[in-house]
Amino acid sequence: MHISEGVLSGPVLAAGAVIAVAGTSLGLKKIEYDRIVHVAILASAFFVASLIHVNIGPASVHLILNGIVGLLLGVAAFPAILTALLLQSVFFQYGGLTALGVNVVVMAVPAVLSHYLFLPLLGKSSTLNFTAGFLAGLFSILFSSLLLGAALWFTNHNFFETSFAIIMAHIPVMIIEGIITGFCVTFFLKVYPEIIPLRKK
Amino acid sequence: MIEEKFASGQSLIHQLDPKIRILTSIVLSVATALCDHLYLAGIYFLISIGLILMAGLNGMDVLKRLKPLFWFLLMIWIILPLSFDGETMVRLYGLKLTAPGVILCCKITIKSITILLIFTALIATMTIASLGNGLHRIHVPDKMVFLLLMSYRYISVIESEYKRLLRAAKFRGFTPKTNLHSYKTYAYLAGMLFVRASVRAERVYQAMLCRGFNQKFHTLDVYPSNRLNSKFLTGISVASLSLVIIEIFWV
Repeated sequence: MHISEGVLSGPVLAAGAVIAVAGTSLGLKKIEYDRIVHVAILASAFFVASLIHVNIGPASVHLILNGIVGLLLGVAAFPAILTALLLQSVFFQYGGLTALGVNVVVMAVPAVLSHYLFLPLLGKSSTLNFTAGFLAGLFSILFSSLLLGAALWFTNHNFFETSFAIIMAHIPVMIIEGIITGFCVTFFLKVYPEIIPLRKK
Repeated sequence: MIEEKFASGQSLIHQLDPKIRILTSIVLSVATALCDHLYLAGIYFLISIGLILMAGLNGMDVLKRLKPLFWFLLMIWIILPLSFDGETMVRLYGLKLTAPGVILCCKITIKSITILLIFTALIATMTIASLGNGLHRIHVPDKMVFLLLMSYRYISVIESEYKRLLRAAKFRGFTPKTNLHSYKTYAYLAGMLFVRASVRAERVYQAMLCRGFNQKFHTLDVYPSNRLNSKFLTGISVASLSLVIIEIFWV
């Protein structure tokens, strides 16, 4: 999910860049040097996961999984997502430089929020684990598409229909991301719970 | 899949210092993004075409890279002319196309293609290693540069792990469909990617410590100071600035 170049107005681009820089510097400050390799390789995994296409009926959508990145990394999701998006633009031309800030905000803010909202629910019961994962996945995409719509709407109120169409088109994606994130989280807790930064009891 | 197709070359652009290329692409992209005038956007477009020619890139390859953008532009062209307020330009079967909608579509099309061409000509023509080097020299924090280089290094590794997992699933008769089982399989597959990434990170970090990693990457590339660098940066900046001034005062 990303906004193309050349669409947004100056103030929206500037706001996106400022928030992205602030979030990224906060995230970088939180990463100690002994964790930085971990963040970097999880960013590579996030990049590769976005190449996975799942079917819905005759069409297919690619996974986004910013919810998972948020759950695993917290504020460090900001630099991780920035890294992945920058590499995506270099390799696949999914964007240039000016909309990078807005695109980072669109993906990373929901990721970080889902870390604080849903991580505390994990590790209590298996039904709750799946539900929390499902909600994290669904919420991340919902909030991302709302942010994307808002960026368009602030640029020009005439973009209302376009924003609405984008949000509607993402409803199936929200459900799929919810299901996948839910299963993913239960998988983590079964196979390698250390990956999830659970609060020590 | 992950290839740096444009990174090698002998053109004028390839000889420029990465730092200069990053700075000019920022200046030019920002000026283009802020431009709100159709003809001026056309001038930026010509500049970006000029840069592509200077970089000596293959036109077909560049067009192929723009493919994702064209899908987006198609969507814009379908929705905007119909949904925009303003005077009606054409009526078609009861639908009205508005003039401001069509003009905005033109502007978005030109600007988005221009910004991507600038990026392709200036940034995609260097290796990620040079990009890291350039970012470091424009004072991007060390940790950020480290993340970029490290993450790039492991993308192909993680990708081959993904392909291996997918192959294993297919050998066991997995055919993707629209059902819960398929989603569960993909979820476990993605989950396994993250788990392996995390385990690998631990090993990589220990290996780096063993080799005396002191939180710094050193570059072996040397970029000799070249008079072309400052001329290029000045030329592009002056051109962008004058276009911005023209837009503010005369248009």
